[in-house]
Amino acid sequence: MSSLGRGERRDVAAESESLEQLTRAARRGEREAFERLVRETAPGVYALALRLLGNEHDARDAAQETYLRAYRSIGRFRSEAAVTTWLYRIAANCCTTQLSRRRVALPLEAAGELADEAHDGDPEAVAATAAERDQLASALSRLPDPLRAVVVLHDVYELGHEAIAAELKISRAASKVRLHRARRRLREQLFPEQRPGDASAPDAAAAVVRPLVRRPQEADEVHQGAVAR
Amino acid sequence: MPSLAEPATCAAVAEALPRVLDRRADPPRGLSRHIEHCLVCQAELARYRRLLRMLAQLGRERAELSPGALADLLEAVEGAARRSVIRSALAGRRLAYGAGLIGGVLAAAALVTVSKLRTMRRPASV
Repeated sequence: MSSLGRGERRDVAAESESLEQLTRAARRGEREAFERLVRETAPGVYALALRLLGNEHDARDAAQETYLRAYRSIGRFRSEAAVTTWLYRIAANCCTTQLSRRRVALPLEAAGELADEAHDGDPEAVAATAAERDQLASALSRLPDPLRAVVVLHDVYELGHEAIAAELKISRAASKVRLHRARRRLREQLFPEQRPGDASAPDAAAAVVRPLVRRPQEADEVHQGAVAR
Repeated sequence: MPSLAEPATCAAVAEALPRVLDRRADPPRGLSRHIEHCLVCQAELARYRRLLRMLAQLGRERAELSPGALADLLEAVEGAARRSVIRSALAGRRLAYGAGLIGGVLAAAALVTVSKLRTMRRPASV
């Protein structure tokens, strides 16, 4: 969905305002406010963990660890960033710890269980979007853990390279290189057409033009008809 | 790698796009100049933009924890909260004990000093 309606904009603003209020109350030590903050933000944090770790068990552990760390350090949280961004950073750190404990990369089973709450409108469009989304989720799951972590944090959860480098304990340069590689691999998997500048560039140009002339025999018929006239 | 300020080739655009592309900004000028006149690279840019849009949409997805898992999570936070209350109470008590101990030691030292001074001032008896 490219744009939000007015009502939705207001809802988003109201939601972030309510999260801010909850955060302020939690920082003052109100335990009930922290509990509500957990309830409000856990689905997003859990989705991130599921995306990075790929199975429910590890994702639940990571979400729990995230909130324990958040509880201990919420007094030090300075509302410079949104509380969700802060929680995503903690979650990324917890997931990295879990990933580093793993000896063998596990297949991502749970990627298909996430649900976009914003689906509405034309059922065909929804089905097409769902198919694309599944392709993307599957392409993401095939990325190596280090590449997936960076592209998910940067392009899905909008963390900057500085934050990613800090949470994944890598350099900024490494974060940028991993993002570049991850995007290239995703592009190759989702759009397997040849890249511009490859040895057979004319094929790539043809790939662009081909959809414009869907049925060449139709074009021939039209051409012959015009000549006969 | 050619500088992004120089006119780019298709290969350079394909190589640079995944590195420089930002969701909200246009590609750097060197690339844009080439892309404007190159259908193949326009298609490549469109693919990357679509990829970034799809990735951004994933950020809206939510995964509900099962009620049991959420309850476990809240219980863990509650446990941490209890431990922190106990820890701060213990820390307060420890502080009080420490202060009492230091006070006691100081009082004892003062008593010893006073009694020594008295002993020194008293004239030696024959």
